[in-house]
Amino acid sequence: MKAGSNLEKVLSSGGFAVTAEIGPPKGADGEHMRHWARELKGKADAFNVTDNQTAVVRLSSMAGSIILLQEGVEPVMQMVCRDRNRIAMQSDVLGASALGIKNLLCLTGDHQTLGNLPGAKNVFDVDSIQELLLFKTMRDEGKILGADALTKAPQLFLGAAENPFGTPHEFRVHRLAKKIKAGADFIQSQVIYDIDRFERFMEDVRSRHLDGKVHILGGVTPLKSAKVAKYMKNKVAGIIMPDSVISRMEKASDPKAEGIRICIETVKQLREMKGVHGVHVMAIAWEEKVPEIVEGAGLLPRPVV
Amino acid sequence: MIVTKEKPLEEMMRMLQGRRRILVLGCDGCTQPPRGLREAQTYRTLLEMALGRKGGEVDCVAGTVSKQCDTALLAQNYPELVKGRDAVLSLSCALGVQLLSLQYPEVPVFPGQNTVFLGYEHRDEGWLREACQACGDCVLGETGGICPVARCSKSLLNGPCGGSHDGKCEVRDDIPCAWQLIHDRLRQLDRNEWIDGIVPPRDWRSSRDGGVRYQKKDEDWNEPARKEVKR
Repeated sequence: MKAGSNLEKVLSSGGFAVTAEIGPPKGADGEHMRHWARELKGKADAFNVTDNQTAVVRLSSMAGSIILLQEGVEPVMQMVCRDRNRIAMQSDVLGASALGIKNLLCLTGDHQTLGNLPGAKNVFDVDSIQELLLFKTMRDEGKILGADALTKAPQLFLGAAENPFGTPHEFRVHRLAKKIKAGADFIQSQVIYDIDRFERFMEDVRSRHLDGKVHILGGVTPLKSAKVAKYMKNKVAGIIMPDSVISRMEKASDPKAEGIRICIETVKQLREMKGVHGVHVMAIAWEEKVPEIVEGAGLLPRPVV
Repeated sequence: MIVTKEKPLEEMMRMLQGRRRILVLGCDGCTQPPRGLREAQTYRTLLEMALGRKGGEVDCVAGTVSKQCDTALLAQNYPELVKGRDAVLSLSCALGVQLLSLQYPEVPVFPGQNTVFLGYEHRDEGWLREACQACGDCVLGETGGICPVARCSKSLLNGPCGGSHDGKCEVRDDIPCAWQLIHDRLRQLDRNEWIDGIVPPRDWRSSRDGGVRYQKKDEDWNEPARKEVKR
């Protein structure tokens, strides 16, 4: 065990893991985090707390993660390279670890011009692969990269993201391999709507035996309407939205129910896919649907390990 | 070349408030788009009209020097041009503005341009494109001649982020993903070594992060002075 988190235990016992997401509020509203922690407790093995996602200022991922811990819910703290240099990153991780946070997801971060403070200066002192390297060195060697020894090494279960739909497509599996080499214990993928392309990506992963080296969790997001599906197709970078999904949403008499159905089907397909060790449910601003999706896919109750 | 963009006329007018005998000074150096005598004359006309509308006598002249950032070249004709002037509007990049102010402190110098980036003209597209951030530790040899520090919106060193789509950057669709370009170029050269290798966190001291940079002019690149500059 690297950190002994619930997520790590589920994955290393060979279980099919479920993670979900609780997006922090745009305010000093701890009650929001508490509410969703209570509502969703037991419906997933751990919950991601996003780090100013889409470059919009929100309650910090570390504070949000600590509130979850206070409610007895396990967090996956996200950390992007956009807002912190290597000094702040390592310092925050030492603090997070001291406070009991065990799962850490390393991300590049959306560019600040896409958010609500487009005039902000970015950092990108390190990229997400180098970020993994920093934390792996802290955990395994008990030191700051190229510098001092730590009085106590943080115990971390390290995660990273991968987008099988990003370009250049043929590079994506190489990027995954780099992330594993740099220290990723688990991977949460970009949202999957094009299951065939994801299967092709997994074929590449398996042919390089990477599925034996890292736990891959497939990302899903339920659609609320055909409009949202079209928006994702045209406006959201790095998502492939097949026309068949849009047309299903258009024809549905109850689009929201159809969105949930599609999501559950995808989770079931992922469960059958060799090398996929779990799902990551990102019900963005629709957290109340997480239990329905997880239950619908036959993944409740969650294992106690 | 150093690429500049003209400041709005209103801003120039604010800077030049109360000045009546202005030298508009072009630069025949590397600044792009060109900001030589012809451009200086155009600005002079503009300023005369704008200042003239405010009343009073206006006396603007236009001139140019070979290179505003070269002390020796400035000495050739600048002292003559600036004689009797109460302000200079420089059309060069920020280097010219700073050197003029340093060498000839008697007459205040104002920037007519914003200095925007180091780049080149992409002739097929009619665009000037950013290509270098003077980070002080060139990796172009490993990246097929395409700079990830200047041309990736996040200056990533280990390949594209998850926002790269259809070969475009997540920031805007008219920005090509630098790592797509690097990937394609290295494939073309049959060089795949970067694909699985990891570039560790780099030392940014060679860039602005090491404090203001100096280099002793007369020392050869392999002299010890370079080491001091680089690290």
